Amino acid sequence: MSPTSSSASDILTADNVIVRFETAEGPITAVDDVSFKVRQGEFLSVIGPSGCGKSSLFNVIGGLLTNHQGTVQVAGETINGPHQSIGMVFQEESTFPWRNVVDNVAFPLELIGMPKAKRIEKARTFIKMVGLDGFEKRFPGELSGGMRQRVSLARTLASEPKILLMDEPFAALDEQTRLLLGDQVLRIQQQLQQTTLLITHNITEAVQMSDRILVMTYRPGKVKRIVDIDLPRPRTSEIVGSEAFGRYVAEIWNDLREEASRGMKDEEEHALHEGTAS
Amino acid sequence: MSAAPARRIALYNLVPPALGLATVVGFFVVMEVLVQTNVINRFIVPPPSEIIGSFGRVIVEEHVFSRFVFTLGECLMAGVMITIFGVAGGFLLYRYKLLQQATETWVAAMAAAPVVLAYPLFMVIFGRSAWTIIMIGFVAALPPVILKTLEGLSGTRKVLVNVGKSFNLTASQQFWKIMFPAALPTMFVGVRLGLIFALINIVGVEFLINYGGLGQLINDLAERYDLPGTYAAICFVILVSVVFFMSLEKAERWLRPVD
Repeated sequence: MSPTSSSASDILTADNVIVRFETAEGPITAVDDVSFKVRQGEFLSVIGPSGCGKSSLFNVIGGLLTNHQGTVQVAGETINGPHQSIGMVFQEESTFPWRNVVDNVAFPLELIGMPKAKRIEKARTFIKMVGLDGFEKRFPGELSGGMRQRVSLARTLASEPKILLMDEPFAALDEQTRLLLGDQVLRIQQQLQQTTLLITHNITEAVQMSDRILVMTYRPGKVKRIVDIDLPRPRTSEIVGSEAFGRYVAEIWNDLREEASRGMKDEEEHALHEGTAS
Repeated sequence: MSAAPARRIALYNLVPPALGLATVVGFFVVMEVLVQTNVINRFIVPPPSEIIGSFGRVIVEEHVFSRFVFTLGECLMAGVMITIFGVAGGFLLYRYKLLQQATETWVAAMAAAPVVLAYPLFMVIFGRSAWTIIMIGFVAALPPVILKTLEGLSGTRKVLVNVGKSFNLTASQQFWKIMFPAALPTMFVGVRLGLIFALINIVGVEFLINYGGLGQLINDLAERYDLPGTYAAICFVILVSVVFFMSLEKAERWLRPVD
C-alpha cells in the first residue's frame, strides 16, 4: 500500500504535513511533506535518527502543535488541536505527583464527571491491566520509573482513546525493563485491539511491537520507507531472538545508518561552527 | 516485620527530636553556668532558672494566654490575607507577562524593605488598633508569597501542562487540576516565609506602639526592667511561631501527602 492510498479501515491519516520552526540561524524544516495512514487496530511505529522531526510529528498528531501545514484526520474528521480520540503517552515522566496511582488513572474519568465509585472501579481495571494491582494507594514518588510510565499508560488507556499515541515512552528505562514493558504494551494492544502509533528511535522496540514501521530521514524529516513487519502474533519479547527479527533489525538499520550518519556529521559541523564563531 | 527491628526503627525515629531537646537543655545549662559564674552579666541576660521560674508569674499576673491568643489571632488574620492576596497576586503576575515584567523587581525589592518603619503612616490610616498591626504584618509578608507563587506556577513542568492539553482541559481545569497542585509546594515555601515576616513585624509593631499581645507585654516588662519576665514572654512568641509552623506542616502534608 502506498502511504497515501485510502481505505475504509484507515483511522488516522496524515496528509502532506510540514512543520517549520524559526530559529536564530534561520527557518528549519523539521517535518517535510509527511503522509501516512494508520489502519484500525494497527501498531505503527515511526522511527528515525535524532533531529528527524519525530517529536514534532507526535505533537502535530496529538494536536499540541497547530502551526503546521497539511492535515491530520481521525476517522475522517480533520483535527486542529487536542482530540478526545487520541490518547497521548509522553517520553518524560508525566504522572501527577500529588495524586496516588488510582487517582492518577481515574483522572480522565473524573473530567467526564463519572461518579467516584464507578471511576475508581474502572481505574482499577486499567491498573490491573498494566500489572500494578496492589499499588493503587501508592504515590508516584514511591514508584520506580518503569512503574510510573505504566501509570501514565493506564491513565491514557482509561480515557479509552481510539488511537494510542506514544512518544518514546520507555526511552529513560534500562534495556531489560524496556523489553518487559514492551511485552506488556503488546499484550494490552492485542487485548484491546488498540490502534497504536509509537514514536521511537529504538529499532528493537519498533520491530518487537509493530505491524509496520515508518522510517524517516534526517532533517528535514521525510518518509524514507514503510516496512511491513511480518512476524507472527501474539508476540512477546522472545521474538527478539528469532532469525526473522534479526533480519528486520538489520534491514531497518541499513536504512537508518545513512540518516544517523548525516545527523551526526551535521551536529559535528554545527558544534565546530559554534566553536569557531565563539 | 518482626517486633525487634520495628522497635529499633521506632527508637531510631526518636533520636532527632531527643537530640533537638538535648541541645536546648544543654544551651540552658551552659547559659546558667555562664551567668552564675558572672561570665555573662545577669543584668543583661538573667539565668535560665529565673526565666523558667517567672513563667508562673507571667502566666497568672500578666494574662499571657489572652495576649498569646491576641498575637496568634493577628498572625492568623495576616496569614489568611497573605495567602489569599499573595496567591492571587502571584497568579496575576504569571498570567500577564507585561505586569510581571513591570513589577517583579519592585515586588522583590519590597521583600527587603523595612515596612515596620512606616508604622506612623499605618497608625494615621488605621488608628492605634489591631488593624495597624495586622496590615503592617500583611504588607511586609506579601512579597515572598507573590514571588513564590509566581515561581511555582512558572516552574510547572511542561509535560504536565501537555497532559492537561491532551485531555482537552479548559483553562480553569488546567489551572485548578494541574498548575495549582503542581505549584503548591513552592507556594507553601512562600507562605512559610511570609509568616516569618508577618510574625516578626506583628510582634515588633505591638512592641513599638505598645498595643495588643505579646509584643506589648515584652515592652511593659522591659520598661519595668523585669528581665526574667521579658525573656519568658519572648519564649511565648517562639511558641506562637512553633504552633504556626506545625499547623502549616500538617496542612501541607494533608494537601500533598507524598512528593
